[in-house]
This record gives sequence, structure tokens and C-alpha cells, in this order.
Amino acid sequence: MTYEELLRAITAEDDRVVIMTAENRAAIRSLQPHLGDRLIDVGISEMTMIGAAAGLALRGRIPVVHALATFLTLRAFEFIRTDVGISGLPVKLIGAVPGFLSDGNGPTHQALEDIALMRGIPPIQVFAPSDNDDMLAALPHILASPDPAYVRFNNMPAHVVHTPFKIGKAEVLTEGTDVAILTYGFLLREVLAAETLLRAEGLTCRVINLRSLKPLDEEVIASAARDCTLLVTVEDHFVTGGLTTMLAEVFLRRRLIADVLPIALEHRWFKPATLDRVLEYEGFTGSALTVRILRALENDRRKGPILDQMSSLFKTYL
Amino acid sequence: MEFPHHLKVQSGNAMNASDKQELQQTAIRVREHIIRMATDGGCFIGASLSCADLIVYLYSRVLDISPQRVSDPGRDYFLLSKGHDVPAVYGTFAELGYINAARLANHLHTNDSIYWHPNRDIPGVEFHSGSLGHLLSVGIGVALDIKLRKTSNKVYVMLGDGELNEGSIWEGCLVAGAHGLDNLVAIVDRNGFQANMRTEDLIPLEPLEDKFTAFGWSVRRINGHAYEEMEAAFTGHPFEKGKPSMIIADTVRGKGLPSIEARPDRWFVNFTAEEIDMLLDELHGIGDAALKSESLYVR
Repeated sequence: MTYEELLRAITAEDDRVVIMTAENRAAIRSLQPHLGDRLIDVGISEMTMIGAAAGLALRGRIPVVHALATFLTLRAFEFIRTDVGISGLPVKLIGAVPGFLSDGNGPTHQALEDIALMRGIPPIQVFAPSDNDDMLAALPHILASPDPAYVRFNNMPAHVVHTPFKIGKAEVLTEGTDVAILTYGFLLREVLAAETLLRAEGLTCRVINLRSLKPLDEEVIASAARDCTLLVTVEDHFVTGGLTTMLAEVFLRRRLIADVLPIALEHRWFKPATLDRVLEYEGFTGSALTVRILRALENDRRKGPILDQMSSLFKTYL
Repeated sequence: MEFPHHLKVQSGNAMNASDKQELQQTAIRVREHIIRMATDGGCFIGASLSCADLIVYLYSRVLDISPQRVSDPGRDYFLLSKGHDVPAVYGTFAELGYINAARLANHLHTNDSIYWHPNRDIPGVEFHSGSLGHLLSVGIGVALDIKLRKTSNKVYVMLGDGELNEGSIWEGCLVAGAHGLDNLVAIVDRNGFQANMRTEDLIPLEPLEDKFTAFGWSVRRINGHAYEEMEAAFTGHPFEKGKPSMIIADTVRGKGLPSIEARPDRWFVNFTAEEIDMLLDELHGIGDAALKSESLYVR
């Protein structure tokens, strides 16, 4: 099933749902003939779109709103916070090409603070599906929720079979106690590749697809902090306001302590290029993540015995 | 390396037949550069081709700037607000000596800063863009400072017609009119399309002259592929003292390549190497390109 097919089914079933876009039609190109007036394209006017979405929601509609993640969450930020946030109206914000997915566009298009911004607005829920299957499983729940929501759009093909989706719940894809990797969005693909490599090194690795970033699955994070030697966060987001911040909030609230390796963008935009070149350059491929994780373990002498088992392949990188 | 000497209009040299021929030849080479950037990741080819003649003309005959004077505070400023057309600027920069043409092969590689939108790592680029509706405001700031310093240089801002959807453009139009910025010239690349469709089928813009006039600008409308019409407009500004000047340049999206001209589905495209060869042939009038690549509408 595609995103468009799902929206067609939902709009056919529930006439409260309307689809809006600021002339970003890549994800909804085929809908116009089926939706007619219920597809509202306001042109490249993100602020007007959000105000209008609030007006539609005020009249009982559930607007599903599309724009590039950066222009949606940044240009229209005050409209989202004021018209959608303060009202708490069920406007569903769909941000396209978030994070690394803006590949060759450059910093103007790099949504790397979208999650920090959206989770900072009191009633807004935040979701970052790892692939198309994950997104389609989540959407009916997101649309059924009475709260406004922000979704990092991701229709890339799935590499795993997901567990059923529930708002506020993460999915644990592999079990392990040496390393726990917490991630969201399409980088799950690279994390799973890293898990395979780490397992080959004799390390057990717990891969956690967070999916729902707000509400956040605090239990799965607390368990990982208790069970695992090293926690690694992997995200295509600025380190500020992303997973490091979320973990810190959970740890402070629960008086937990853990060794955490944050893998994120450290106060800079990423080098624009095609996606594969970006991942290579920025060190987010499965093998680059593996090297970064092994290096973190090596730097902590308490974990020395783990490193003795490492293959020569990775020793050469360290 | 010797670069062609470009006599600027404002130094009083009327355009003659050989000037025009040189402009046309430069524009052909710029279009070749644009086409070559439309593979291995692709680029916004349609809109780059629509403003290529205007950008070649501006850098060749209007803007008081040169590769040696990119930091001179007395230079004219060119701001590309519709940043996705940057292949037209980089192609022009390569032809006029601002950058080495070999760098264009680094498009979308991590060893350079040549990607889908402009940035100031490239000499000659005044400001980054890509998010629409920003550089009219930035241009207003530069124009205000030039007024404060009482110098005679000018600010040129290239806008897209789809970009006129953004509210910030109209705020900028009000502010520029209110401040009487007659050292500011905005150009609308009126190619008739936004990303997915004709502008008039989505958010109609016409009558466009009337809108800008009502906002306090002095407006002219020209054919954005005809150098004589550009010459007449760009030698005559400010059209009215105490008002910013607006030039609406009617253009064709994809100009120069019949197989992609004025087609809504050829906005952003990532062509194969074979298609690039066909398009280069088509540019030179050798056959029509049979394009098979999937059209990519929106990035």
C-alpha cells in the first residue's frame, strides 16, 4: 500500500479529513481526482496554510497538511504554535524530506531542528516512522488521535517486519545487553546494518525504533539504561533538542545514569550531496556507525574485554 | 587565463550585433553547463533554463562587478531569490571567470559546495537561498545601506513567479515602496509555472503589473529572452525617481530544449548520461531528445 492509497481510503471513510498542501505534491499527486475540493492547495504559502488548517479544524475538519519539513516547521512555526498549539486543534502536519532526506538541497532545506521545535509545543505529538510500512501503520492512529501531530514523512522501503504500532510505544527489534541503539526515521536501516556488524564482533546489541517521539516510550529507554553497557542515539537532527535531550529528561526524572554516545549533527548543517554520499561523508553508514560505537567502547577502559574480541577489520579503523 | 572583456551598459556602450552574438554564444555554453548538471542526482533544469538569458545578460552588460571585485563594497549586488535556478548562475560564473568550469563536475559531491541551491562558498554568490521569499528582504537591507552611505551602486533581485505565492514577497514590496528604494531592481522570471503546474491554474498572479504598481513600484514588462528588450529596460532604471523598479520578464520554462519546454513535469529531473547527450544535441539543433527518465516534480 502507498501513502496516497491510505489517504484515499481514510478520506473515503471519514469526511472530516481534508488534505492540504503548500504546493508540495510529490506525496499526494494522484489524489486530486478522488478528493476534488477536499484537496486544498494554497500554493507556496505555509503560514496561510496553517492558519487555514486551524480554521478548518475549528469547523470539525481534520486537516492533513503537507509541506517540506523545514518550511512547515520553521517558516510557519509561530502559526503552528499559536493557531494549532494554543487551540489544540487536530491538525496533522506532514513534513517532507526531513533530516538527511533533503540530500543535495543545502542548509535552507535541512530540517534538523523540526523535532525539537514540534515537541516543544505543548499538545503536539511527534512521530518519525522508519519506513513506508512503519508510517502507514502509524497514520490511522495519528489521525484518530484528538491531538495535533507532526510526522516526519518517510516512504522509503522497509527492511524489517514491524510490530503493531501504538502511540507512545517503541519497538525493540533485536535483543542485547552490550549496546543499545536508539533511533528513528530512515536511519534505522543503517542501524540494523551496524547491529549485524557489531554482532559479528561478538557484541549483543538492542536496536530500538522509537517511532513515537512524543509521547516517548520512557520504559524502553529506562530498561535499556539499566540493562546495557552503552546507549547510542542515532538521529539526523541537531544534537540540541533531539534524542540526547529526550534521554536527559528521562534520566533526570527517573534518577537514572548511563553512558551515552550521541550520534547526531553537532551544531552544524550537513554537507549537501546525494544521500549515499551524505551518509558516507557524515559517518552515518552502518559501518561508520559501527566504528564510532567500537571507538566509544574502546575509550572506556572498563569495557576493555569486549574489545579484545574485535576482529582485525575494525581494529584497523580505530 | 584571459576572459572576454564585457563593457557594461551603464558605461554608455550601446549593444551592437557582435555584442548580441557574444551574449547568445555565452548563453548556449551556459545552457550546456545546466544540462550537464541535470544528471547524477539531477537539478532544477526547467527554471534554470528560463532565466539563463537574463542572468548571462545581467552579468555581461549590467552588473558593475567582475571576478576581481566580488568583495568591493561599491559593486552592484545580484541576489538570486529563486535559488533553485543556481545552475544558470554557476554556468555564467564558469563562462565569465568567477569559478573554474571544471568545478561544475563536482555537483552533488562532498568535495565541493556546488549543490541545488546557492551558497557563499562559491565566489560571486552574494547570499544563500533556496527557501523562497527571502532575498527581496535581504536586498532591501543592502539597498538601505547603500542609501545610507550615499553611493550609487544598485541591487538586483531575481524572483520566481511561483515564489510570488510567499507572503514575505508582498511585505517586501510594501517596504521597498514605502522607503522609495530606487536603487533596487527586482526581476520576475515569469516562466508561467510553479513546481507542479501553471501559476494561473493554482494561485493566479495576473494582472501582475497592476499588483506591483499598487504596491509602489515602477513596472515594465519585457521578453526575458530578447536582449534588445532587456537592454531597453535595464538602461532605463530607475523608471521613476523615488520608486523601486520591477521588471517582469516573460520567459519559457526549459527554454532552448523543445522536449522539456513549458512542460509541468520537467521541473526537477535526474537524467541518464545518454539523455544528457541527447539534450546537448537538441540544444544544438541536432534531433529531438527521447526522454525516458521519471519526472521528479518536487524535492
